[in-house]
Amino acid sequence: MPTSEFRQGEDDRSGQSIPIPVRRQSEPYERSMRSSTPGSRRDPWQQNREDAAQAQLLARALGWFSIGLGMTELVAPGTIARITGMNGNRGLIRALGVREIAQGVGILSRPKPVGWLWSRVFGDVIDLAVLGKAAASPQSNKFRVAASAAAITGMTVLDFKSSQQLTRVADLIEDDGSIHVKKSIIINRPVEEIYNFWRDFKNLPRVMEHLESVEVTSEKRSRWVAKGPAGKRVRWEAEIIEDRPNERIAWRSIEGATVENSGSVRFEAAPGARGTLVRVELAYRPPAGPLGATVAKLMGREPELQVEEDLRRLKQLMEAGEVITTEGQPAGRAKSASWKYDYAGRRLAAAF
Amino acid sequence: MKAACWYGKHDVRVEEVGDPKILNRRDAVVKVTKTAICGSDLHLYNGLIPTMESGDILGHEFMGEVVECGPDVKKLKSGDRVVVAFPIACGSCFFCEKDLFSLCENSNPNAPLAEKMFGQSPAGLYGYSHMLGGFAGGQAQYARVPFADVGTIKIPEGTPDEKVLFLSDIFPTGYMAAENCSIQKGDTVAVWGCGPVGQFAIASAKMLGADRVIGIDRFPERLRMATDKAKATDAVNYEERDVYDELMDITGGMGPDACIDAVGMEAHLSGLQGAYDRAKQAMMFESDRPHVFRQAIMACRKGGTVSVAGVYGGFDDKIPLGSFMNKGLTLKTGQTHVQHYMQPLLERIQNDEIDPSFVITHRMPLEEAPKGYDIFLNKQEDCVKVVLTP
Repeated sequence: MPTSEFRQGEDDRSGQSIPIPVRRQSEPYERSMRSSTPGSRRDPWQQNREDAAQAQLLARALGWFSIGLGMTELVAPGTIARITGMNGNRGLIRALGVREIAQGVGILSRPKPVGWLWSRVFGDVIDLAVLGKAAASPQSNKFRVAASAAAITGMTVLDFKSSQQLTRVADLIEDDGSIHVKKSIIINRPVEEIYNFWRDFKNLPRVMEHLESVEVTSEKRSRWVAKGPAGKRVRWEAEIIEDRPNERIAWRSIEGATVENSGSVRFEAAPGARGTLVRVELAYRPPAGPLGATVAKLMGREPELQVEEDLRRLKQLMEAGEVITTEGQPAGRAKSASWKYDYAGRRLAAAF
Repeated sequence: MKAACWYGKHDVRVEEVGDPKILNRRDAVVKVTKTAICGSDLHLYNGLIPTMESGDILGHEFMGEVVECGPDVKKLKSGDRVVVAFPIACGSCFFCEKDLFSLCENSNPNAPLAEKMFGQSPAGLYGYSHMLGGFAGGQAQYARVPFADVGTIKIPEGTPDEKVLFLSDIFPTGYMAAENCSIQKGDTVAVWGCGPVGQFAIASAKMLGADRVIGIDRFPERLRMATDKAKATDAVNYEERDVYDELMDITGGMGPDACIDAVGMEAHLSGLQGAYDRAKQAMMFESDRPHVFRQAIMACRKGGTVSVAGVYGGFDDKIPLGSFMNKGLTLKTGQTHVQHYMQPLLERIQNDEIDPSFVITHRMPLEEAPKGYDIFLNKQEDCVKVVLTP
């Protein structure tokens, strides 16, 4: 996989995006990488975001359609009965109207109404069943019923497609198990100093608790070893995909990593000569199965907290020259282990 | 070694614990020669500070002899006699560079806990809850001192321990409370609470040029100490007279130019309002009993300054913000930036401008710390300040 495909455009100073292509469960790794970056230097997450925006727009349109149709069914069931050709049974049509309104409100009330959108497909099936029953009735206008059924079938296809699309992008953005973290910290040291520390990846285990070692193997490549529970280790190889001295470093795991991951760090001179604003973005996607569980445990239940504490340690090391600890101090307890309490307390604080 | 450990409300015991070690490269270990019980330790003793854990070593006022230094300690060596500042500070962060040591960014390993409570974390403190670092305290035979070059002041031979011990906290705390009042010549300063910090606030206000300094308390012996030793010009016993009326009377209705709250979260008050705060605090609807703070705002002269040295912990109500805003008051507060004050105040001691040992009423061995806590809390034997010798 040529690295150039993952390099962000030189003009992209936002640093908002992280170039981690996310693979669908059904796709082989290779293909997902290519399909999400179709021969361009596009950021694959950008594509995902656009897909998501499109799916959400369509969902909203369908939500409003539901409310409109539902109101009509509720207020003018006679008219609906006449148009659809299923004469009579205004009560049933009103009930269908109530359902439509509920679905519309449900869809519009959520940013990613996956469940509500699928409920429209279910509703379409019920509508078709009602029409089928009406067709058997002698009072019905067979031609109009058939036309309505055709319209609803078309609607069903649209609902199904948009539900599917929304499900996919909702998964990609949030529920695919990939973890995204953005954190920043201000450090009272010059930009160059912090850039140089970070650029030498082998320094990172000094502040990133879950890392055991990082070995720099070439100008761009490095080998990372993370500590896991019960002495297990997770290894991967990473490459630098962008390096703008004193501005930004971005890296990602190379193909075949057990934990697909990527990250970027930006350095900005803080206003008022207050040192450096360090902004970190990380994304990782633990694999499925037992290894995934190990990785999830490794990264902690609160990856945000993990990164936050890593950055705090970086700040302490850069500003104070050491990371202060209480581990090993005495206390009037059978077996003094204050730091375990402290560790738990910090985790607890993060949960609120 | 022996150390005074906290086991719960009104339960302090001196226990045999492990010796402290160098844990960071900038650490030193001191053999404690004198340590004291602080009024703020009583908040711990009363179980009002969250995140204490059974067995925590207490104490943040201590001094001693350096017995071991980490490899990155530059200014100290074994044998040096030092007083230790109660806030732990790195000396190189944004705040330390501005001499705001008690706001150090890098000394609280449990900063996430404090951030939940306060928004941002202040510095770590010795023996003052896990939220503020969970550091073992100095009411012990030995203590570990992180960032030892920053957090200590060397004491030359010839100055006795008792004269300099309070550079660790209460003298700078009282001094900062007074300094925060931006005292002008001719000013009147009212000080709520004539405990040790209040005594030093009164003495400092005088040193800084206040004309009239009014001490407020309910214990005659403390009020006597305020007028006799700290040189307060007036003493008001709030159980005998209404504080607001009295202050208005003294100042001809204008109010004191500055009001110092040297009481904090456990103010005593009889009557309905006192019962109200007590009940709310007991039910944890209110973390503090901010009666003094309310009264200081109400009494303060328009455009004056309210300076808070007493410790508050959490979320309080019925604060007269209307008075505060409409009278255009200034509020100054904070844990003391002890490191900033140690040198100049040591000089004042050496120049005989003040002998801080005047507040000491009780001296006992470390083993008797539980008794010390008890009599200090209950103000038995006219107790004002307890000094322990390990």
